[in-house]
Amino acid sequence: MSHTLEKYFVPEPSIYPIFGSVALLLFGSGAVMWLNDVGPGPLVFFLGIALLIYMMFGWFGQVVKESQGGQYGKRVDLSFRWSMGWFIFSEVMFFAAFFGALFYVRVLSLPWLATGENEAVLWQGFTQEWPSSGPYPYAEAFTPMGAWGIPAFNTLLLLTSGVTLTWAHHGLLKNRRDQLAKGLLATIALGVIFLGFQIYEYFHAYSDLNLRLDSGIYGSTFYLLTGFHGLHVTIGAIMLAVMYFRVRAGHFRPDNHFAFEATAWYWHFVDVVWLFLFVVVYWL
Amino acid sequence: MAAVIPDQLHDHHHGPTGLMRWITTTNHKDIGTMYMIFSFVMFLAGGVMALTIRAELFQPGLQVVEPELFNQLTTLHGLVMVFGAIMPAFVGFANWMIPMMIGASDMAFARMNNWSFWLLPPAAILLIASFFVPGGATAAGWTLYPPLSIQMGMGMDMAIFAIHIMGISSIMGAINIVVTVLNMRAPGMTMMKMPLFCWTWLITAYLLIAVMPVLAGAVTMLLTDRHFGTSFFNAAGGGDPVLYQHIFWFFGHPEVYIMILPAFGIVSQIIPAFARKPLFGYASMVYATASIAILSFVVWAHHMFTTGMPLAGQLFFMYATLLIAVPTGVKVFNWVATMWRGSMTFETPMLWATGFIFVFTMGGFTGLICAIAPIDIQIHDTYYVVAHFHYVLVAGSLFSLYAGAYYWLPKWTGRMPDERIGKLHFWASLIFFNITFFPMHFLGLAGMPRRVPDYALQFADFNMLASIGAFGFGLSQLIFLWVVIKAARGGGEKAPARSWEGAEGLEWTVPSPAPHHTFEEAPVVK
Amino acid sequence: MSLAGRLAGSVVLFLAIPSAFAQSRYNFQEPVTSVAEQIYSLHTLMLIICLVIFVGVFGVMFWSIFKHRRSRGAVAANFHENTTVEVLWTIIPVFILVGMAWPATKTIIDMKDTSDPDMTIKVTGYQWKWGYDYLHGEGEGIAFVSNLATPRAQIQGQEEKGEHYLVEVDNPMVVPVGKKVRLLVTANDVIHSWWVPAFGVKQDAIPGFIRDTWFRAEQEGIYRGVCAELCGRDHAFMPIEVHVVSADEYSAWVEGLRLASVAQAEADDREWNQSDLIARGEQVYAATCVACHQAEGGGVPPAFPALDGSALVAGEHGPLVDIVLNGKTGTAMAAFAAQLSDVEVAAVLTYLRNSWGNNVGDMIAPEEVAAARGV
Repeated sequence: MSHTLEKYFVPEPSIYPIFGSVALLLFGSGAVMWLNDVGPGPLVFFLGIALLIYMMFGWFGQVVKESQGGQYGKRVDLSFRWSMGWFIFSEVMFFAAFFGALFYVRVLSLPWLATGENEAVLWQGFTQEWPSSGPYPYAEAFTPMGAWGIPAFNTLLLLTSGVTLTWAHHGLLKNRRDQLAKGLLATIALGVIFLGFQIYEYFHAYSDLNLRLDSGIYGSTFYLLTGFHGLHVTIGAIMLAVMYFRVRAGHFRPDNHFAFEATAWYWHFVDVVWLFLFVVVYWL
Repeated sequence: MAAVIPDQLHDHHHGPTGLMRWITTTNHKDIGTMYMIFSFVMFLAGGVMALTIRAELFQPGLQVVEPELFNQLTTLHGLVMVFGAIMPAFVGFANWMIPMMIGASDMAFARMNNWSFWLLPPAAILLIASFFVPGGATAAGWTLYPPLSIQMGMGMDMAIFAIHIMGISSIMGAINIVVTVLNMRAPGMTMMKMPLFCWTWLITAYLLIAVMPVLAGAVTMLLTDRHFGTSFFNAAGGGDPVLYQHIFWFFGHPEVYIMILPAFGIVSQIIPAFARKPLFGYASMVYATASIAILSFVVWAHHMFTTGMPLAGQLFFMYATLLIAVPTGVKVFNWVATMWRGSMTFETPMLWATGFIFVFTMGGFTGLICAIAPIDIQIHDTYYVVAHFHYVLVAGSLFSLYAGAYYWLPKWTGRMPDERIGKLHFWASLIFFNITFFPMHFLGLAGMPRRVPDYALQFADFNMLASIGAFGFGLSQLIFLWVVIKAARGGGEKAPARSWEGAEGLEWTVPSPAPHHTFEEAPVVK
Repeated sequence: MSLAGRLAGSVVLFLAIPSAFAQSRYNFQEPVTSVAEQIYSLHTLMLIICLVIFVGVFGVMFWSIFKHRRSRGAVAANFHENTTVEVLWTIIPVFILVGMAWPATKTIIDMKDTSDPDMTIKVTGYQWKWGYDYLHGEGEGIAFVSNLATPRAQIQGQEEKGEHYLVEVDNPMVVPVGKKVRLLVTANDVIHSWWVPAFGVKQDAIPGFIRDTWFRAEQEGIYRGVCAELCGRDHAFMPIEVHVVSADEYSAWVEGLRLASVAQAEADDREWNQSDLIARGEQVYAATCVACHQAEGGGVPPAFPALDGSALVAGEHGPLVDIVLNGKTGTAMAAFAAQLSDVEVAAVLTYLRNSWGNNVGDMIAPEEVAAARGV
């Protein structure tokens, strides 16, 4: 047996996974209790989240340490690339479920409800138009969210953040640390402003437009799609912030910085999801 | 605990000991072992539920359980067997065997591998504990169709979170397998030289990555419909209950292949070994597996013919479904051609593999019959369908798991499985399986619906027969426990490195039992 | 091989004669519509094709198993591919599949053709009973609910089970023979599925949507089916019974129902006092409410709340009448406005307010219900 491959790094036994498992058990059972008003739901729920955060600090901290310690070679780097790619693909499929639901409702089931016997026997007078809160005759009216105010501005924000992030990446590649740090900071700032506008938009929707989660199918798809996107922006912004602190700590070299690249991939993915959102949720 | 640690003597690891070893381990063999033990425990739990169901159905009338509990049992039987028994068992095989088959030192992400496993017990706790909360476990069927699932109590929410957690576990496990196969192969181990088991698992892992998130989306919508007033599955609010079925089966049909493709892989390892002849049509096996996987994304609505979808939809999904018979047929023909003019012996693994081909193919034929939409409309939601999917999931997935377990047991424990007891296990399982499930075809054709605790009198005799078979089948599975414990405790004949005369592959080049760490230096495959 | 071949041949022959299996416990029920007949012969065709392939493939496999084993001195060959064979066994199945798909396609098109019906009946699935509304054709305006007729004592094993155990109802659907009946299938709470095997009809009943299907029964008789989609606790206890009768008998049935409803309306059109309402309400409760809310009013929380001791039941009249008439969205509580008359709603509510632990002591008058409907 000849030795032609560099040795692949296999980590030592680790205590963190079991923390993560307990955390998700607490998170899940806490959520169930909370939703059903049984026992100390919120307490268990937030305990789970706290434990999860602790686990992530510990686990990822160790990964960073191993990486800085030079234990990952080219092969581990390639593994990270494959895995991040497929992870993002799984996220795409998660969003696909919700986009698929929106497509199905708008293209198929609402027209069905508004025609033929569905209309004649069950839902007299229901007409198919989007936005819709469905044929229930006593539903409260709401105003849909327009596309050309905050959402358009938010699109601009996210697109710009993609540019600043690429600029930062160029800084990293050319070893201009200052450009890297500034680019990252700008990206984070744009992300946070975006989130601020999203929160404001929800507030505005609830208080002025009477557009709520229970505003029929429009409210359902609007909040779930934008909500999960917002959650992903939050996660992305946290990842960017971690990158920023790592940059400040002197991590990454022009030829070895996959953590930064993975974050950038993720951020661009979140960007692209937004573009689809903007078109099919806000605009059309 | 020490008794079931297969590689105690060769233990090179220096980490924690005792329970902490298992909790913190990053070793693919340890993790594989835990997956398998977990899945067998869940298999027994799901089996107890099945036997309770069969006890109630032993004769007409309500005797053993009330309808509420009956529906909870059918639901949890499905969820536990699919997500707790069959899937983790295959992941256990992947963990144990893939690194050894491709000459890798471990899985690509050993720490994440640990988490993939240790997420399963919390999910199992949520599922099983839901029996004991107010309102009991969810009773909406394993498919969790709304609006029925909207009516359920908090047991339903526990199932939703359990599914989320199992989904996270599956996605991480799948990514791990993909990366391991793509990036960890020994020099010279090209893709088209890989053992077929690695190929089928690679494709399965892609399916998992693609569809588990979709299931997560579906149950998330259920959750918000239940608690936050959304209207995804409520026509009054502009949604559609059938939308859930579309999303669910977009996950659900690939899921079916997630549970059978690795089985094809296992059988494709075993048949050549005992025919002492290379696998016939290796390349076409790979292409057939990929074709099945791709087709699985465009056939989902054949589970929904009775919802009354438009004509074009019915025709499209019927044609696409029929097409799946082609690559599946190719596989069966290849296996038979591998046997042809071989020099066969029938040790226990080969018996199981042959039994698999025979009985699984019967499930394939009933699948073909179910694919014909007009016939499906008659037999949808009847015992015919119950028979069909138990033929492919029990005689398919489970039999292949047993075949694989007997085949690789020497590598895991260092001891040959007890042939006499193993053969008893096989014949008892095969006979009782058919006594249980064959009559169900007739029940379904004659008009007995599924998921009922009670039935009309003309179905009484076949139900009684099925119940007797079920208890026989259930008890037969304890024989397997005996075989494994005996081998794990060092009983029986010592196994050589190449435990079966015709076995090929890198895993047979390392000693039996496999040392704690294998291929720390990559072998070169010529 | 020759013995196996002969055996298989006789089995195929046996299956090929549908009459040999008519009324059999091993096959579909005897079809009484053209669609069911097509399905029946499609299934026979499929079975024959599958059986032939089965015998072929496993003939080869078992031949190999017996001949090519080491104990018989077999030496392994070393071939592992053959492009011609592989292409053949990929192409030939495609043609076989086309042969299967062709007749199936024709049947599907036929099943979907609901045009030009002689009559239209709306079928509504409830937890756990069926409602029938005759919308068009002779008998237009007839509406009734069809419950399981098998006594609970038979189910619990306290009585001997009758011949039609679990497949008998109080009010069967009645249709004339030879007429094309179009069904508009829907549901009120969860998904059910209306299935009569002898008609070849199984259609999911989806709440909020109407799906249509049809049948033309060619033979008089009583045909039985069951709900085929899991719909909760009593899924096994909501059968379907269809009486296919001659045109004359059908007309007589329609006329009989008309006279009965006139008589009932006349009987209901009077001043009601509390005790009469309670007595009437007890009947309504037993027919309509008991499946969910239980005989003692304890319900099955959380899906079906208790009525005994309920604040809503003992509270103001308005919300109480409203929830019975309009149901409560997002819960299992259905709207009963179409199912129950004013008198029946008033009666059952009066009964509820004065039963078990509830003793409000007042009554809800039919006029209050009528007024609430007007809103």
